[in-house]
Amino acid sequence: MTVLANSSLGKGKRMSFDIKTAGPAIALILLCIIGFLLNPAFLSEGNLTNLLTRSAFIGIIAVGATFVITAGGIDLSVGSMAAAIAGVMIIIMNSAVETLGPGLATVLLGCGCSIVLGIGAGWINGMLTTKGKIEAFIVTLGTMGIYRSLVTYFADGGTLSLDFAIRGTYRPVYYGSFLGLPIPVWVFIVVAVLGWFLLNRTAFGRYCTAIGSNEAVAKYSAIKVDRVKTMTYVIQGLCVSLATIIYVPRLGSASSSTGVLWELEAIAAVIIGGTVLKGGYGRIGGTILGALILTTIGNILNFTDLISNYLNGTMQGLIIIIAVWLQRGDWGKAKAKTN
Amino acid sequence: MLDGQSSTTLVLEADRISKSFGAVPVLFSVSMGIRAGEVHALIGENGAGKSTLMKILSGFHTPTSGRILFDGEEAILPPDGGAERLGIVLIHQELNLAEQMTVEENIYLGRELTRNGVLDRETMRSKVRGYLDDIGLDISTSARISDLSIAEKQMVEIVKAISRNARVLIMDEPTAVLTEAETALFFRQVEKLKKTGVAVVFVSHKLSEVKQIADRITILRDGQWIGTKDADALSPDAMAQMMVGRELSDLYPPMHEVDVDAELVLEVRNLYSSSVRDVSFDLRKGEILGFSGLIGAGRTAVFEAICGLAPIESGQVFFEGRETRFASVAAARDAGVAYLTKDRKAKGLLLDKQMRPNLTLFALPKFVRRFGIDTKAEDKAMARAIRRFDIRARDPKINVGDMSGGNQQKLLLAKIMETDPQVVIIDEPTRGIDVGTKQQVYHFIAALAAEGVSVVVISSEMPEVIGVSHRVVVMRDGQVMGVLTGDDINENEIVRYAAGLKREGRG
Ligand SMILES: Nc1ncnc2c1ncn2[C@@H]1O[C@H](COP(=O)(O)OP(=O)(O)OP(=O)(O)O)[C@@H](O)[C@H]1O
Ligand SMILES: [Mg+2]
Repeated sequence: MTVLANSSLGKGKRMSFDIKTAGPAIALILLCIIGFLLNPAFLSEGNLTNLLTRSAFIGIIAVGATFVITAGGIDLSVGSMAAAIAGVMIIIMNSAVETLGPGLATVLLGCGCSIVLGIGAGWINGMLTTKGKIEAFIVTLGTMGIYRSLVTYFADGGTLSLDFAIRGTYRPVYYGSFLGLPIPVWVFIVVAVLGWFLLNRTAFGRYCTAIGSNEAVAKYSAIKVDRVKTMTYVIQGLCVSLATIIYVPRLGSASSSTGVLWELEAIAAVIIGGTVLKGGYGRIGGTILGALILTTIGNILNFTDLISNYLNGTMQGLIIIIAVWLQRGDWGKAKAKTN
Repeated sequence: MLDGQSSTTLVLEADRISKSFGAVPVLFSVSMGIRAGEVHALIGENGAGKSTLMKILSGFHTPTSGRILFDGEEAILPPDGGAERLGIVLIHQELNLAEQMTVEENIYLGRELTRNGVLDRETMRSKVRGYLDDIGLDISTSARISDLSIAEKQMVEIVKAISRNARVLIMDEPTAVLTEAETALFFRQVEKLKKTGVAVVFVSHKLSEVKQIADRITILRDGQWIGTKDADALSPDAMAQMMVGRELSDLYPPMHEVDVDAELVLEVRNLYSSSVRDVSFDLRKGEILGFSGLIGAGRTAVFEAICGLAPIESGQVFFEGRETRFASVAAARDAGVAYLTKDRKAKGLLLDKQMRPNLTLFALPKFVRRFGIDTKAEDKAMARAIRRFDIRARDPKINVGDMSGGNQQKLLLAKIMETDPQVVIIDEPTRGIDVGTKQQVYHFIAALAAEGVSVVVISSEMPEVIGVSHRVVVMRDGQVMGVLTGDDINENEIVRYAAGLKREGRG
């Protein structure tokens, strides 16, 4: 006597929902149009591949950050983690040249180390927040400082440079391409697809969302909350290590200024994409668009004299605030309906 | 202050109020007049629109059509609790306290007393102490809300409302989480308020309670106004009938006897954990074991320890004859033991998600096919659960937090049953559920037991424990005071054990 879904309401809801999810995509398209109007070279193939390659670092890290944030956590250490991993990778590869030679073996060793370090660093962040019961913000603020000072220490305040012999072997990982797309873009695509599947189609993804939405409910629903939360940091660490692997051959060096503010860019990409900062709702697709939007802004400023390049941060900041403000409007509406 | 005549003047009146959420109509031209100095009960099935009407009367929702009259004049109530300044206070069904703040801070939230621009904590503290003592609530004024039990939180809400000098006090299921003793205390406050001319409106599914305290009763069914009657003119049975629109057969199902030599599924020996001391009991296959006692007697703690939600300090648990200690809720679930929490808002359901992910969350591994979640199977499970538990949501895509309380409870039950457990522990199975649904739940529990599932029913509602259980364990202060069987299962005996007047010899 009561039931019966009302179809018109369902439709109305879906429409408004679509506008909300489409927001980042619309923003990106608008940016591209603006870019094209300012300088048609913006849409040249060369510039587009460059743009995609640049966004790969932040994008890959942001995919990991989407998991952490969806599960109600935060990871501030990713930028320093990338720098520290890059430093250690370079040291290890340089010292392996003598025994293994400057070939593939050395590069693989370096990449292997990167992955082990990334997973380990993520695991430490995870264990400290779950078993140690310290807020994620504090834990990762701490590890952020530690990793940053470690690179500075390894580089003795200067720059760690990759042995020139290895650079040749390693170069293609950043500069090479496959089927017309640069390797970093392929890595970005693979990470994005896997991340999307993991968050939207697996029990693990559902658990992340549940924990971010209400941890007590998750616990009473037989979810191993600590384990899942730790896993999100491990995923984050893994993403950082992948980003580092494709970043190192770009400059072939690491210093205390490597990866500075990457954590904020990654978090910004996640939030612009529509993931809720306090957890419980995550969107990988949005995150990817968010990363593209951030890179596009910088790229457009490079292309035009209208606004100084130094105002890149200002533009990014404005976009972040506007994006969140738009989302807030939507959430406000949803709130008004509740209660 | 008030003479007899003014008790018939209407303070607040709903005049042909209709309300729709989106395109879904929820209330149809409902009228309700509230008099000063009366206790007016509002009853109806789950989803009848009671909470919605209460929210409209206090300005939290705006009606789609119809008028609100305040002191006889048409009024548009200020939104978001602003009506408190007019003296209309609503206590929500879902409690609204700042969890991290203290009792005192919550009670004075938004109208803190100051002296020379500085918080006057001394006065606030002593006033709050006075209120707490009046209502007989034995908690510290500086206790954090998050550390209180639900009943205590409810009482704090009531104190908060009383302290606001309300002219109209509207309460949505205030007694749902209270024990009988607490309810009695609470009613004493209501009587006091009533004498001072406050109009008290409350929603309740406990019809005997309604009969006891209400002067007038308004009945809603499916968003329609069915009638407003003097409480003297209605028996609880008549109320139930008006609510459901049909005659209700027996509330409790016929008892299916347990095989005397049915195997023991769960044996607990000398269990100690936080607020549980030396608890032992047995549970047979197909048995319904009631757990009675006052709130805080440690009943929930016993089962949280058994199900891996809290650490066991010492003692033994045998499951299906083998000593077991479930390390996690997942381990308990996989073995076939499921616990349904009494705190459905905070621990039971994800309020900002839809029904489907909530339904399958507990049994999610069952829905995994080759890494991914099988959403088709989820949909099927959802359709099945809606049928089996008669879950009514006018819009299936609604967030669970927007569903009526009773339907949330049914969804929670469905969620737990998704794992097909062998032992189900249901903590307060009918909290916030209407009579018709209560009957469904009791019959459901009986049917489960008849199929060989063992059910533990923890309940603070005495008639419920008595009505459904084969045996009743009574607890007090974390200890088992006695186990009642057969004719000994009656209110008198339970109360004597629960109050500590009687205790079984131990051996
Ligand atoms: N914010 C909302 N958006 C959409 N539908 C809503 C909203 N709030 C309530 N409803 C719907 O309105 C109907 C009436 O709900 P209401 O909460 O008033 O019932 P109730 O009588 O209080 O029930 P209960 O006894 O279970 O608490 C339900 O079908 C519910 O799903
Ligand atoms: Mg209600």
